[in-house]
Amino acid sequence: MHVAHHATPLDWLPFLLVVLVTSQYLAAVWLQRTSGASWSLWRCGFFLTGSALLAIAFWPSLMAWAHGSLVGHMTLHLLIGMFAPLFWVLAAPMTLLLRTLPQAGGRAVAALLQSRFVRTVSHPVTALVLNVGGMYVLYLTPLYAASLENPLLHYAIHLHFLLAGYLFCWAILAEPDASPHRLSLHFRLGVLFTAIATHSLLGKLMYGYGWPRNTGHSLEEVQAAAQLMYYGGDLAEVLLAVVLLTLWLRRPVKRREGLWSKKPNAA
Amino acid sequence: MMNAPTSLRTDPKRSLWAAVLVGIGVMAAIDEIVFHQLLQWHHFFDFGTPAFGVLSDGLLHAAELLAVVVGVFMLLDLSQRKRLVIPWAKAGFFLGMGGFQLFDGLINHKVLRLHQIRYGVDPLMYDLVWNAFAIVFLLIGVWFWRRARAHAAR
Repeated sequence: MHVAHHATPLDWLPFLLVVLVTSQYLAAVWLQRTSGASWSLWRCGFFLTGSALLAIAFWPSLMAWAHGSLVGHMTLHLLIGMFAPLFWVLAAPMTLLLRTLPQAGGRAVAALLQSRFVRTVSHPVTALVLNVGGMYVLYLTPLYAASLENPLLHYAIHLHFLLAGYLFCWAILAEPDASPHRLSLHFRLGVLFTAIATHSLLGKLMYGYGWPRNTGHSLEEVQAAAQLMYYGGDLAEVLLAVVLLTLWLRRPVKRREGLWSKKPNAA
Repeated sequence: MMNAPTSLRTDPKRSLWAAVLVGIGVMAAIDEIVFHQLLQWHHFFDFGTPAFGVLSDGLLHAAELLAVVVGVFMLLDLSQRKRLVIPWAKAGFFLGMGGFQLFDGLINHKVLRLHQIRYGVDPLMYDLVWNAFAIVFLLIGVWFWRRARAHAAR
């Protein structure tokens, strides 16, 4: 088992990376606004909210707690993998990056966003597999027990959840950063439906069969963590659905995709 | 889908069905809050549930959560387009609530055996009261439905 220890410089790395990325975002916004272009303060607020959630989750003493407690791990998992990414997606960081970079850099980023790799991982189905599939692999195999022994693996898993959560939220919303895919609202709601179903099924399996196993946690703690995952995941996914449909309802009636039938403007 | 002529402004059918979705979602939420959380009669996981029951539970849960969100936004959309008919929406809401309650009482509790209403007691009486409530909600829905139809005929 992992023993409590004083935070080493490596333990501060994720937290400092969040601070660095956030200061870059704010510097870019400042550049935009001083050069006469506008940038919504709502988006700034969304980015700061996402950063604050991540900063809490990556605070070294909290991470150390989460390392020893499965309920703690699940709390941080919800913050890192589900709530923080939604706020970061709403802050349109890629649009800001493209606007701020000089032409050559902007072209390179645009080319990257058009690349086959980004197109593949940003598809809702791929993002769903990376996100929820990753959770099945983590909790239903010895991987979670291994991550308690190996700090690098532990960090890699958290980075995976942050990236997969970001890709999933972006793939479902397909806004405000332009998505490389043009998928119907029905399709994206269908993927979200599958995410909720598979995520809650995993919660029940963990509760009923005591996964992850061989971690030194009592069955009660595993069950408490599974329930937290089930209800916390519900909250995050309902929030994502509400955001998706709010963005949809904000469009003018004439340009609003039909929720009942495929035909636009058919109500 | 109904092909309404453009002169027809309101949309009774969609007003009804959007509200049915909201009714399903609200009843599912009441079930979750009252019977799972407050009374703690229902169990999160029943070890007697067959495997297909556990699998279908995930799907049903996802459907309930999305039903209430999608239903509310459909009603908002209809209202913005000035096509919402409140009497039909009322009928749909109660039919959705009663329909879900009956489905929960017969399919979820008895066929899929996800959980019983209460443990450590004979569930028969609880099942009867549960499904009687479902019938009451359905009857209220039917009453609103007849009223909406009479209202439309005028």
